[in-house]
Formats: sequence, C-alpha cells, structure tokens
Amino acid sequence: MNNRPLKRYSYRIIANDFMVAGKGSSSIKSNLKSLGIDATIIRRIAIISYEAEMNIVIHSFGGKIHCDIYENKIVLISEDTGPGIKDVDLAMTEGYSTATESVRELGFGAGMGLPNMKKYSDNFEITTGSEGTRITVTVYL
Amino acid sequence: MNCLKFAELLQLKPLYETDKNIEVEGVYIGDLLSVVMSKAKENYVWITIQTHINIVAVAELLELACIIVVEGMNVEKETVEKAKELNIPIFSTQESAYNIACKLSSMGVK
Ligand SMILES: Nc1ncnc2c1ncn2[C@@H]1O[C@H](COP(=O)(O)OP(=O)(O)OP(=O)(O)O)[C@@H](O)[C@H]1O
Ligand SMILES: [Mg+2]
Repeated sequence: MNNRPLKRYSYRIIANDFMVAGKGSSSIKSNLKSLGIDATIIRRIAIISYEAEMNIVIHSFGGKIHCDIYENKIVLISEDTGPGIKDVDLAMTEGYSTATESVRELGFGAGMGLPNMKKYSDNFEITTGSEGTRITVTVYL
Repeated sequence: MNCLKFAELLQLKPLYETDKNIEVEGVYIGDLLSVVMSKAKENYVWITIQTHINIVAVAELLELACIIVVEGMNVEKETVEKAKELNIPIFSTQESAYNIACKLSSMGVK
C-alpha cells in the first residue's frame, strides 16, 4: 500500500503568540470541511489540533503542525524545537500542568490538553527529548 | 430557542451580534479552555468569565452558538474584533453564570 498522504496541510506555530493562536487549527478545520469529511471527525481533529497548537505556543520554542490526509485516516503531527517534556507519564496525567500564572489567567493550564488529545484520537504517540517534542495522532475515517 | 431572542430577553449587552439564526442546543459553563474544549458541543451557549481572544478560537472550532461573558468582565477589543471576523456572537452581562444559566433553563434551554 502506498503510505504517502493524499494531502498535507502544514502550519508554522510561533511560541508565545497568543494573538494568532488557534489559527492553524482553524485553517485545518476549514480544509477538512471543504474535503467533505464527516463532522464528528472534524470535531475530534479540531480539539486535537487546538490542544497541540496551544502546547506549542505555551510550552515550546515554536514548531509546526501537519495534517496528513490518507484514504482511511487523518494523521496529525505536532513537532517543536524544545525544551521537551521531562516526564511524559506525569504530563499525560489529567490536571498536571506547569503553566505559569499569567497563562493560567487566560484560561490555560487545566492540564487537560494532552489527555484530551489522547481521548479524541484512535492512536497517540509521543517522542520527546531536550531537542523537542513530536506527537503523532491518528484518527480513522 | 434562538440566540438573538434570548439575548434580548436576558438583556445581554451585544458586543457582536449576527443575524445567524442559531437554535441553541445546550449550555456549558467553564473558564478552563481545555475543559470547555472537551465538553462543550456544537450550538451550545458558552458562559464564561474569560475575555481573551482565545475564547473566540475555541467557540469557532467547536461551532458554539455564542459566548456570554458574565460578571461584567471587560472584554478586550481584539476579542470582539476576532468575533466579528469569525462571525461568533458575543454578549456581556453584569450577572453571574448561575443567574444566566437559571434564566436560560427557565426559558427552555436545556
Ligand atoms: N510541546 C510541549 N513542549 C514541552 N512541554 C510540554 C509540551 N506539551 C505539553 N508539555 C508539558 O506537559 C504538561 C501537560 O500538558 P497539557 O496540555 O496536558 O496541559 P497544559 O498545557 O499545562 O494545560 P491545558 O492544556 O489544560 O491548558 C504541560 O504543562 C507542560 O509541562
Ligand atoms: Mg495544553
């Protein structure tokens, strides 16, 4: 089977840029809509990509989000350039957050982002180190 | 119940209104964005004290009916501009989330 995606949408996400935050996810959503993808799938991808995007904005030095469309699945890849997640099990725990007070005032820092991403995906993989974090999420069509 | 109609009945202050005729299907109250992200559904009214531009992104991604900012919180100019751009109705009120929710409930919004 050909394992190259039929289509790839990519967005650059800038660290600490709260004013445009959400734009990548919003673009992904409208692209999926125009492809005629099922609304429930779009909702799941929107939640996953938003959480990934905000984590890049808040916790990383910047990165990218790719949304790959295959015949039978959508794969969302979030990659950033660090500082990485020290303890992945802890980070995956509902309620765990290292968000600063100023970010919490904006409504972030519930510690639900990564758990949400996992909950709404069919497959969730994370690799991380001091050079960066890469999260690959699959949703089957 | 239609969004514009209850906004009028509740005397909410419109910061940005659309003539979109959205039938409201539920209500969610929350201030932590990733909790709202996971729980609020399409065509829900979202009641919050958050005022930052990110609330509009959340509402747009979830296709919420509208945002009601309670407790007289001052909504940033950028937030209202973003709401216009994305066509998300946004209202403010001096009342509490609980009062607004009770009133919505008595109007038949479940
Ligand atoms: N891309 C990333 N780079 C470095 N650390 C990260 C990254 N994503 C998540 N983390 C770490 O994992 C923790 C948990 O992430 P999660 O998204 O679940 O919660 P949060 O971002 O703190 O709050 P919320 O997503 O609920 O607003 C973060 O507080 C942060 O310490
Ligand atoms: Mg997060």
